Amino acid sequence: MSQKTRTIKTIRIDVDKCNGCRACELICSAFHAVPRYSSNNPERARIRVLYDPLRDIYVPVYAGAYAAAECAGRDRYTIDGKEYAECAFCRASCSSRDIFKEPDSGLPLKCDMCEADPPLAEPMCVQWCLAEALTYEERQEEGAAEPALGEIEIGLEALAARHGWQKLVDTVARLAQKDGTPMDAAKP
Amino acid sequence: MRYAETGFDLEVDLTRGNIERVATDPRLTRLHLGGLGINARILWDRVPPEVEPFSPENLLIFGAGLLVGTPAVGCNRTIVSTFSPQTRLMAYSIMGGFWAPELKYAGYDRVILRGRAAELVYLWIHNDRVEIRDAAHLQGKGAVETAELIRQELREPKAQVAAIGLAGENRVYFASIEQGRSSASRGGIGAVMGDKRLKAIAVRGTRDVHIARPDIFLELVSEVLQYIEVRRNHPIPGVMPILAGLGSPQEMVVHDEKWHTENFSWGNSRHRRKDFWTEEIEKKWTATLESMRTRLISCHNCPMKCAATISVPGQPTYMMKCFSKLTYTMAAMSDLEFGLRIAQLATEHGVDAFSAPQVMAFALELYEAGILTDQDFPGMPADNEGRFYWLLDRIVRREGIGDVLANGTHWAAREIGRGAEEYAHNNIKKHEQLPLKLGMLNPIYFLMYSTGEKINITQIEGNFPQAPFATREEREAFARDWIHVPDERFKQWFVDWELRGERSIPHYPPVDATCEIVNWQEQMHYIDDSIGMCAGLSSFPLKPPYHIHNLPTLISAGAGFDLDEAGLTQIARRNRTLVRAVNIRRGLRREDEKPPADHWRKRFPELETRLLDEYYRYKGWNADGIPTEESLRELSLDDVADDFLQRGILTAGGEARGEATSAQPPAPGE
Repeated sequence: MSQKTRTIKTIRIDVDKCNGCRACELICSAFHAVPRYSSNNPERARIRVLYDPLRDIYVPVYAGAYAAAECAGRDRYTIDGKEYAECAFCRASCSSRDIFKEPDSGLPLKCDMCEADPPLAEPMCVQWCLAEALTYEERQEEGAAEPALGEIEIGLEALAARHGWQKLVDTVARLAQKDGTPMDAAKP
Repeated sequence: MRYAETGFDLEVDLTRGNIERVATDPRLTRLHLGGLGINARILWDRVPPEVEPFSPENLLIFGAGLLVGTPAVGCNRTIVSTFSPQTRLMAYSIMGGFWAPELKYAGYDRVILRGRAAELVYLWIHNDRVEIRDAAHLQGKGAVETAELIRQELREPKAQVAAIGLAGENRVYFASIEQGRSSASRGGIGAVMGDKRLKAIAVRGTRDVHIARPDIFLELVSEVLQYIEVRRNHPIPGVMPILAGLGSPQEMVVHDEKWHTENFSWGNSRHRRKDFWTEEIEKKWTATLESMRTRLISCHNCPMKCAATISVPGQPTYMMKCFSKLTYTMAAMSDLEFGLRIAQLATEHGVDAFSAPQVMAFALELYEAGILTDQDFPGMPADNEGRFYWLLDRIVRREGIGDVLANGTHWAAREIGRGAEEYAHNNIKKHEQLPLKLGMLNPIYFLMYSTGEKINITQIEGNFPQAPFATREEREAFARDWIHVPDERFKQWFVDWELRGERSIPHYPPVDATCEIVNWQEQMHYIDDSIGMCAGLSSFPLKPPYHIHNLPTLISAGAGFDLDEAGLTQIARRNRTLVRAVNIRRGLRREDEKPPADHWRKRFPELETRLLDEYYRYKGWNADGIPTEESLRELSLDDVADDFLQRGILTAGGEARGEATSAQPPAPGE
């Protein structure tokens, strides 16, 4: 397989610089409101600052992939004399905790780096962090080139992920017959 | 659809245990905006002047400012209003932190408490679920400790908690309400909370706050953020470091305390120590702060780092901001380490860091003068620092002499007698002030001190420089990009203002200019207090990001009604006049409006009279400081005008019949 250079968008998080103002949460929720900036609710943010001022704990965490099941991660870390739950650093929207979920529907939230058209120079949380705890970085990474997928393929993959390939194939066959065009007849 | 505000209040009757969610009238928002303005309206409407501060009929209101919870940078204030046991007037102390935004996200603009619970309770607000919960297990706990315990028992690490300590429970007249890194300290509102037997209010919210015109709003707020960043690298030249930047005075950052320690008074606001600040002290104090300050921290949605987490060896961690850094140190004639140590205890007990140290220094002065004797201080240690710890403990428990001192210097002096009144020398309207004693009368400060009803100079002063710059060139340079002034003539007054000679204090700025300068500074604070904006980004520093020219757009884009500079100025006047009206009805009159007699060495009685006369006239008040019928009606405060006429406070011709209702102290043990 051929090698390809990809641009990886990342955010460097310096917990030592965090001043705990939570502007990142607020502006994230505003950016993702529809229409944009029309409402504010940190509970809808795709970034959360885990904070405990009296223990000097400040951890901004971004929402990552949805995890259908809980993991076994209940370990505890001690760093510089401060104790953190393993969950503190986890990006998953999962069933064992109440963060990274839409407060109304419970649907998982995920950071999209403020994807927009035209694109932003930096995600909003980074722009609003004057404490410089959050810094945007793009870096190039070598990786196996993946073939570009067409629109139908992307849709089918999503459906297959949800229902399984067998069910998907069966359904397509059934619908095609209903349409009066037997599957076999469509073959060249 | 309501914008910026939620449109709901939470009404809590602690006597009956009744809780109601009440829709509010949007017309009130257009008249008063929110925060202080609507709090004052509620107190005017619902608390008659004869109501005692410590009575179930007194209200305690926690109001969020209109724009709190929006992306407006630094807009996070809780305005707590009630009637003060100490001044007997309206108290409206304000706290930053995270409590007000959380309240907005829970779906409420304010919490209005009345009645008195049978036993100690706390209130738990979680969106639509609101409970009055037993707080017997929290009795006697510190304010910071209480917040931690409540978060643990609710299993809500994100709940924001405003709590009182022992001082509030025991109704100390200068008890504060503490909220992590912030507190509402002035006027003894923590005592009213204690009288209502309310230990704390915990809140957690996960709802939306809407913006009417999001594009305009975001554009303006982004400019504000950029300006803050520019100002960080461009401090204002020619002023002392704490006035050169934005935010509240950066006491947690700076090590150079020459200005405070040599210009403010030590002890019972008594001694200037002009050569105090030596290299040796600077080294020692720097080491103290560096070793105990864990992190610089902020309020909700603000890049300024005005507070710090402080960890004193052997004591629990706490959070501190601003000038509480030095008030205990200077009152006890001690050092910074002592100040940071005792402030931890004082924060847990929940006392005002301006009043409490002065009350203790006052007690020790009375002891030195023989007015109080060994019998009043049984078992008190011999060293000054030990005495402060001993006194703080007696005061918050109201034990022995502590029970007398817990009423503040004004009432304590009256009760002690034997000439003690002479020692309660630093009060305005019965409330302890910053320990400042200066030489020449400053006409601007004379008016602010005299007429301010916030009763705290840092919450009245601000956008106009405190003193002229040395040269005309410097003043012209300052005025060049001074876009914040309401009118160009303010620049001229400043450029012409000299350190010495004809155009210097006390006779310059001239009386009419002084009135306008004072009015402008006060107006900006009244706007901030209604929208919930931190004064540190608006009315307090020189050349702030928010000012009279961009605030109308911010408010209208946020709340969705049209507002221009004239309209906003009118609302600020209305709110200012209403606060005055509330206090006038409780007996405030011209005779109460005076700075401490020894605030300046050089006084000018004729000029002072003229200043007050002119300023009252400028404000639309009569010679006794009472808003005239005409000005009340012009501000759509017709009900206030009618009430004043009915009570005989005003007569149809506008003459005053000064009737005071606040002369008597509350009965002991009431």
